[in-house]
Amino acid sequence: MSQNGKPSGLFKNLSAKIAAIPMVLTALVVFVGCTVWTIVFSFTNSRLLPRADWVGLAQYERLWGTRRWLISIENLLIYGSLMLILSLVLGFLLAALIDQKIRFEDGFRTIFLYPYALSFIVTGLVWQWVLNPEFGIQNVVRSLGFGNFTFDPLYNPNLVLYGVLVAGLWHGSGLVMCLMLAGLRGIDEDVWKATKVDGIPTWKTYIFVVIPMMRPVFVTTLVLVTSGIIKLYDLIIAQTGGGPGLASEVPAKFVFDAMFVSQNLAQGFAASTMMLVAVTFIIIPWAYLEFGGKKNG
Amino acid sequence: MTSLKPLTFCLLASTAWLPAHATNLEVTHWWTSGSEADAIRVIAEAFAESGHTWVDGAIAGAGGIARPLITSRITGGDPMGATQFTHSSAMRELIESGFMRDVTELAQTQGWKDAIFPQSLLDSCTFEGKIFCVPSNIHSQQWLWLNNSVFIDNGLDVPQNWDAFVAAAPVLRENGIIPLAQGQQAWQQQLLFNVLMVSIGGPDLFERIYREREPEFAAGPEMSAVFVAAGEARDMMRGSNIQEWNLAAQLVADGRAAGQIMGDWVQGEFMQAGMTPGEDLTCLPGLGVHQYITAAGDAFYFPKVTDPDVIAAQDILVGTIVAPETQLAFTKAKGALPVRLDIELVDPTPCMQRGMEILSQGNVVESVNTMVSPDTLGRVTDLVVEFFADTRFSVEQAQAEFVDIIASAD
Repeated sequence: MSQNGKPSGLFKNLSAKIAAIPMVLTALVVFVGCTVWTIVFSFTNSRLLPRADWVGLAQYERLWGTRRWLISIENLLIYGSLMLILSLVLGFLLAALIDQKIRFEDGFRTIFLYPYALSFIVTGLVWQWVLNPEFGIQNVVRSLGFGNFTFDPLYNPNLVLYGVLVAGLWHGSGLVMCLMLAGLRGIDEDVWKATKVDGIPTWKTYIFVVIPMMRPVFVTTLVLVTSGIIKLYDLIIAQTGGGPGLASEVPAKFVFDAMFVSQNLAQGFAASTMMLVAVTFIIIPWAYLEFGGKKNG
Repeated sequence: MTSLKPLTFCLLASTAWLPAHATNLEVTHWWTSGSEADAIRVIAEAFAESGHTWVDGAIAGAGGIARPLITSRITGGDPMGATQFTHSSAMRELIESGFMRDVTELAQTQGWKDAIFPQSLLDSCTFEGKIFCVPSNIHSQQWLWLNNSVFIDNGLDVPQNWDAFVAAAPVLRENGIIPLAQGQQAWQQQLLFNVLMVSIGGPDLFERIYREREPEFAAGPEMSAVFVAAGEARDMMRGSNIQEWNLAAQLVADGRAAGQIMGDWVQGEFMQAGMTPGEDLTCLPGLGVHQYITAAGDAFYFPKVTDPDVIAAQDILVGTIVAPETQLAFTKAKGALPVRLDIELVDPTPCMQRGMEILSQGNVVESVNTMVSPDTLGRVTDLVVEFFADTRFSVEQAQAEFVDIIASAD
């Protein structure tokens, strides 16, 4: 086997390999190629147009000395961790509730999933109106007779991120719920019967039996939600424009503004490289645990 | 036979009764508010009389949104026929890279090169001795607009300068009126800050800081006064929770706010809201302190194209923009000043007259866009946006950070 294994290994599934070539090339040229190009040009002082005028790490020094960038990172950390936890918790709770063989399940599922069908721009605008003091909740409560009621999270620097978070959760929880529901449906009925027989309370079954069994679903959800968090941009644009002041700035907006508004490509490249580094730091340990572990075990 | 077909078609077309080569010319601009849309229609209609078709490429949102779209279309190899743009070093970089068309010859053959006033408008268009844009109108930013009835109704005199306005603010606040309405968008806050620099600090300060970039000067007492004024403005604009400049103008017109600092293009909005400049509306150039204005304004640029039909249509549009008749109707609709002195304004508003006087006295400062790079301006913008939003951000700290930016400006 091992003697004639080499040629057959190369030509095994030849047609499938040929079919994969375009995608492999796309991945190499578009993803890897452009990433490398971006990183390389982040060491230049390109402005409107890229030019190979090397300045070393100057762009990075400037980036980490810019308060707006630091605020952006901090905002993304706060928003990201809350979004991740809350959307998983909310999504799972909704799924567990819908899984109780309730009536109108299809109706509820559609209602919860519907926001996901809207773009972030529409979501952002809707929530901008809902939270706007002139037309939104504040106005409604005031018209009910509570004249001093104040609720303007989008114009309060300390609250603005939570205003965005509400919109993000409203948009994303439905999808998480559907994924979780699919996972719950994949749990064998016998598991439930067995725990019933043993007299284990339902909540304990969920936490100690069902959730560990749903690990693959959780991993998928985690990746989807995390990628959504990192590219957070359009929701901010539609809902707050980064304001009040710089209170809801995010890294993706920093990159766009640096590249196209300030016309400082290299600064934008440096910022996007830093975003890539951050993502890599999260993904490598995860990939190691997820794929590296299996080979050993 | 087949090779003859295009030829016969061309012959037919050139001798046809149809206007020769009715070409579609796409023109991008960001003039979308009520008065601005009226103004661009004047040019579009005048252009359409030539038989060519005006394809309107209006981009909603202000220059901050439109400029990146326009530059990326030009650099991305999909140029429009013509585009509105502001004179800036952003455009200079596009010209340097050879994306834009040189209109020097047209300026001479169409005979408007010497008619343009002030000639500094052409200087901003000129790069290495060649003209690359056609100025359409002059805009100045340094204006304080006040709703007279708001002051009179509250038993106050209408302020005639910034200090009087600041002094009147507490009374207005007590009566539930926002003293200063400003949109929250970054460019408006940057405009406000730079207007304060010219008007409170004076034109010398403005040019010494942005053109000469003297950090010691930026740290000096004159600049401190500007930051103190910015701090006062910050208190006065508390509660103007709106984004767009025309909504801010609406607040002033409704009497919910007393005043607004904005360029003269806002005059068109006030007039559309039924206010008469001079009677209901007071305009104070230079905030009533240093009466200097930036005579920058808008211009049209023409990307380099290869299609001869489009080039011919570009030629016609160039002539249309500077033609005296277009200038008259266009600037009237837009509330701007014309780019030539040889036309008689028909019943100009007192504000426009005042602007013309300041222009003809030569009390003009260069625009910040031509003195520093978009990058530096972006950093100044980030600083003032944060400063105007956060009352805990002290005046001293803001000035110290401003000095740092000026020290490394380019």
